[in-house]
Amino acid sequence: MTILKRGLSRRRVLQTGMAGIIGSGVAPLVFTKGAWAQEFCNNPTGDTVVFGLNLPLTGTYAEEGADEQKAYELAIAHLNGEGDGGLLNVLQPSALKGNGILGKKVTYVSSDSQTKSDVARAGATRMIERDGAIMITGGSSSGEAIAVQGLCQEMGVIFMAGLTHSNDTTGKDKRRYGFRHFFNAYQSGIGLAPVLGQSYGNDRQAYHLTADYTWGWTQEESIKAATEALGWKTTAAVRTPLGATDYSQYLTPILNSGADVLILNHYGLDMVNSLTQAVQFGMRDRQANGKDFQIVTPLISELMAKGAGESVKGIFGTSNWHWNLQDPGSIAFTKSFGAAYGSPPSQAAHTAYVQALLYADAVERAGTFYPPEVIKALEGHEFDGMGNGKTLYRAEDHQCIKSVLVVQGNESPTSEFDVLNVVQEIDRDTVAYDPAIFGGDLGPAEPVPMCA
Amino acid sequence: MTTFMSRNDLFLFLGFTIVVLAMPIWLAPFGAGYPDLLQRFMIFGIFAVGFNILFGLTGYLSFGHAAFFGVGSYAAVWSFKLLTLDAIPAMIFAVLISGLFALIIGFLCLRRSGIYFSILTLAFAQMSYNLAYSVLTPITNGETGLQLTLADPRVLDAAVGQTFVGQPVPTLLGQQLGGYAGFYFCAGFLILAFFIAQRIAGSPFGMMLKAIKSNQTRMQFTGFNTRPYALSAFVISGMYAGLAGALLAVTDPLAGAERMQWTASGEVVLMTILGGVGTLVGPVIGAWIIKYFENILSALNDNILARFWSFLPEGVADVVVKITSKFVGDGWHLTLGLAFVIVVIFLPGGIMEGVRRIAAAFRRSGSSSAKPSARTQPAE
Amino acid sequence: MFEVIFLQFLNGLDKGAAYALIALGLTLVFGTLGVVNFAHGALFMLGAFCAVTVRMFLTMETVTIDPEKLSPWGAPLEVREPLVQAWLGDFGAVLVNYSVPLSILITIPIMLLVGIGLERGIIKHFYKRTHAEQILVTFGLAIVAQEVIKSVFGPNPIPQPMPTDLRGAADIGAWLGMQANVITYPVWRLIYFLFAGVVIGGVFAFLQFTTFGMVVRAGMADRETVGLLGINIDRRFTIMFGLAAVVAGMAGVMYTPLLPPNYHLGMDFLVLSFVVVVVGGMGSLPGAVAAGFLLGILQSFASMNQVKAIFPGIDQIIIYLVAVIILLVRPRGLMGRRGVMEA
Repeated sequence: MTILKRGLSRRRVLQTGMAGIIGSGVAPLVFTKGAWAQEFCNNPTGDTVVFGLNLPLTGTYAEEGADEQKAYELAIAHLNGEGDGGLLNVLQPSALKGNGILGKKVTYVSSDSQTKSDVARAGATRMIERDGAIMITGGSSSGEAIAVQGLCQEMGVIFMAGLTHSNDTTGKDKRRYGFRHFFNAYQSGIGLAPVLGQSYGNDRQAYHLTADYTWGWTQEESIKAATEALGWKTTAAVRTPLGATDYSQYLTPILNSGADVLILNHYGLDMVNSLTQAVQFGMRDRQANGKDFQIVTPLISELMAKGAGESVKGIFGTSNWHWNLQDPGSIAFTKSFGAAYGSPPSQAAHTAYVQALLYADAVERAGTFYPPEVIKALEGHEFDGMGNGKTLYRAEDHQCIKSVLVVQGNESPTSEFDVLNVVQEIDRDTVAYDPAIFGGDLGPAEPVPMCA
Repeated sequence: MTTFMSRNDLFLFLGFTIVVLAMPIWLAPFGAGYPDLLQRFMIFGIFAVGFNILFGLTGYLSFGHAAFFGVGSYAAVWSFKLLTLDAIPAMIFAVLISGLFALIIGFLCLRRSGIYFSILTLAFAQMSYNLAYSVLTPITNGETGLQLTLADPRVLDAAVGQTFVGQPVPTLLGQQLGGYAGFYFCAGFLILAFFIAQRIAGSPFGMMLKAIKSNQTRMQFTGFNTRPYALSAFVISGMYAGLAGALLAVTDPLAGAERMQWTASGEVVLMTILGGVGTLVGPVIGAWIIKYFENILSALNDNILARFWSFLPEGVADVVVKITSKFVGDGWHLTLGLAFVIVVIFLPGGIMEGVRRIAAAFRRSGSSSAKPSARTQPAE
Repeated sequence: MFEVIFLQFLNGLDKGAAYALIALGLTLVFGTLGVVNFAHGALFMLGAFCAVTVRMFLTMETVTIDPEKLSPWGAPLEVREPLVQAWLGDFGAVLVNYSVPLSILITIPIMLLVGIGLERGIIKHFYKRTHAEQILVTFGLAIVAQEVIKSVFGPNPIPQPMPTDLRGAADIGAWLGMQANVITYPVWRLIYFLFAGVVIGGVFAFLQFTTFGMVVRAGMADRETVGLLGINIDRRFTIMFGLAAVVAGMAGVMYTPLLPPNYHLGMDFLVLSFVVVVVGGMGSLPGAVAAGFLLGILQSFASMNQVKAIFPGIDQIIIYLVAVIILLVRPRGLMGRRGVMEA
């Protein structure tokens, strides 16, 4: 019995009352199916194993979501030994055999999270309960990632986060069952600040516009701390609602505020809108305090740069990865993705693809799908060849520690995809930090919770 | 028993109870027999039944009911965080808070009627949503949604020395409420909610509400103050919404601001209209259909369609797949919108009226002329 | 401080013009037909997608794949050649550049047809039904319209660049003889403002100074008497619905460079436009315009840091707050006629 099992596994005595009546009266009729067969949630018993892809296919981050979906489909094909194998050939060390995971063919189900935490969580529940997903992955917003990894902890299902950049994902809100490959706002701050100092000097007045949710807050905090350490002053930090469309009323006060740098803590469509509108307001042609007015976008991706078009030229930001990197991993992935979809992959696609592979590799190394063993295999795992140099999945907070890219909008793009230049690659020792600074508690891996 | 409830009502209630409790069995062949969806069937059923008490009986169209739903969720999660993981205090707390919230908003909104009432409720709900999303973040945790953590105080649990390992989840007397246990928990409340709604509709109070709908002015001319009745209906309906919101938080302990957005309010309107406004069972059926579509239609993709249409000749099948694929998967809202427009135009009484008409047609199958019911004026 | 307030006021006028323009069509329909049209936002969105379609046709390209060369990501290199430029040379380039304003010419007949078709096909059967049912059917239509657009154009917004000459900001301060480079404002937003003024003025003039307008106004006041005079008021009302659709569509077209349109653009504006209409007074054209500007200016000032420091979160709710207060204190709105939907 599912109910009985869950009660006992928590070392709780089943008590009388309504639950007891349900448990003994009606429940046996319906719960018998497969209840004893599995010792953990969605133990794959057939010859296939299901990934649950939770993707924002509509909403503010929809473009990222669509690109992630492509990457997952590619990763699953490669895991099953189809296509050119992609990064399977370059991952070091690798336990992947190209015959699925532990001999089981990988399939997937997907759900549109609409860039909303609530919906993302409902979708993840559905994929775990209805479709028997062994692992949930994806998402393009930190709000989603935090909401879903809480659920996964509760259900005992591993969550491999997609694009999420908030410090909280592996900080205050970290979970034992959640893993993040993407970098975070704190690392953006460490990487970006020196470049900003070099280019724009140490005497600047910054004005922040911030998306009003966990990611925006932590990025604002991190960038503020990093730039203030340079000697910059922060004139104001203004919160704008996620998914706002007209930023004009937030932009006009900047013009005469005394600020000479605008920092846009926005992402996805928000960034495309706020950046283009800021440029329409003539901010890049302005002078303030005797200096050229500048705009900085601390986190930027190719998709957004493409969306913003002309406006992004010359603007600094950071990225997790870029398709134009020249290491074998990046070349292999770009080639594989480009051949399949006719465009280079975005950083969202890259992190999604890598997460799928890392999960599969960890299962192979653990020799079982049993989540606590997989978690052990991922924690403290060191690997190379995935396009970010040597990378460590840190055991303390489940954050990947790897190099970070500082990028700049390309002044003279040769194609519609050639919109960002890599200015500098910050090595991982520089962007590593003490996991204790963000607090949080991973929680236990065992007893493994049982989903319905 | 017969004096307490008419025979028809009793049969309806018993039938409803059986259908609800047996859902895991009879829905399994339709691919809907899994706990998460079943729980949602119950929760949104309660929401729609409650909405119908206001809209169906009094005719006041609220476009802001999601606010009470959201308040219920937040209240329940706070109860889990501060007091205890047990569901009962959370439910009580949530219903009280949302009732209070509904009392304030209802008191203000009911000073107007018609479209002005709708816009007022919409404005209040949007304000709640926008505030929950921004400055009320300390209470709501903004976009991420309010979650349970290990570090929550839970004073009552702490007082009895209960500790917790792993991610905290709501319980009922120590029993966890995920999966089917959660479903039966919600089902109990749906049945209770249905029962109360049935009693209200049949009571003098219910008659009064219906009188407000048919002609408020005349009621007022006869010296009747209708406001307290409408307000009671509004508050009851708000408490239903709060109960539903609390149940959603019980089965999945996260409260997000999105569930307060006006589109969520619009959804419950759709449910009620689609099923049959003013009927008891209609709103529940509407809620089930919409949630079923949302979960099942949205999961269909080209491969499944191709298999479904595979009996057709190749070229034709491709075209049919292409056309039908626009209506499922991501496009399921299109199906919903079309169904809704058709219902509003041709079947203002919703699915329940369709059922009635079909039943009537069968009953008169011998006689020659089948007249459409007088209530509806189908568009030409 | 003066320049900050001045800029914010300017921004408020700019927003207000957009609000007023959207509310104008909505209130036209309500004032003439007595129909509460929840599909009005969808008409705005359809207009925006007329612009998208025009640009799509103008920027059609021939794609030749060069198998010899590979792009850096390993796909065969595609050589794209724009067709319009190939056929029309520089004139073609000008057409593409001015695609947004040009699409208005095509949007007007399309939206007129859409509006008339909608009125004749569905809305007309709802004149006698309750407002609640009107809301429901038009809400359903709005869902259908947005889902059709989504399945044709996809879920992501499609940027519509403004003409190159009209990009960037104009130095209004310098025009007014103040210090240069202090009060600047994007050119296209100024154009939108002027455009809204012209359309609003045009609609007023049409109703005020033409016989058609006179009859319609008479019909608004007393439909039955006008009908008894042997005037076919229904046909004129149909045309008014078409006109409202045209106004909404044009507003949508001109808005595209400011906000890349996507399928739920209409729903985003729907709630707002209703609030504007209700604040102005249902069925009152001057009321809608006045309320549009009022709410635009309040919204703009509420977003200032100084104001937010006193009332946190006020920028998020100001519009609804004003609506609530006005509805509670003065139920017929700013300029609503006595007795219209008053309760």
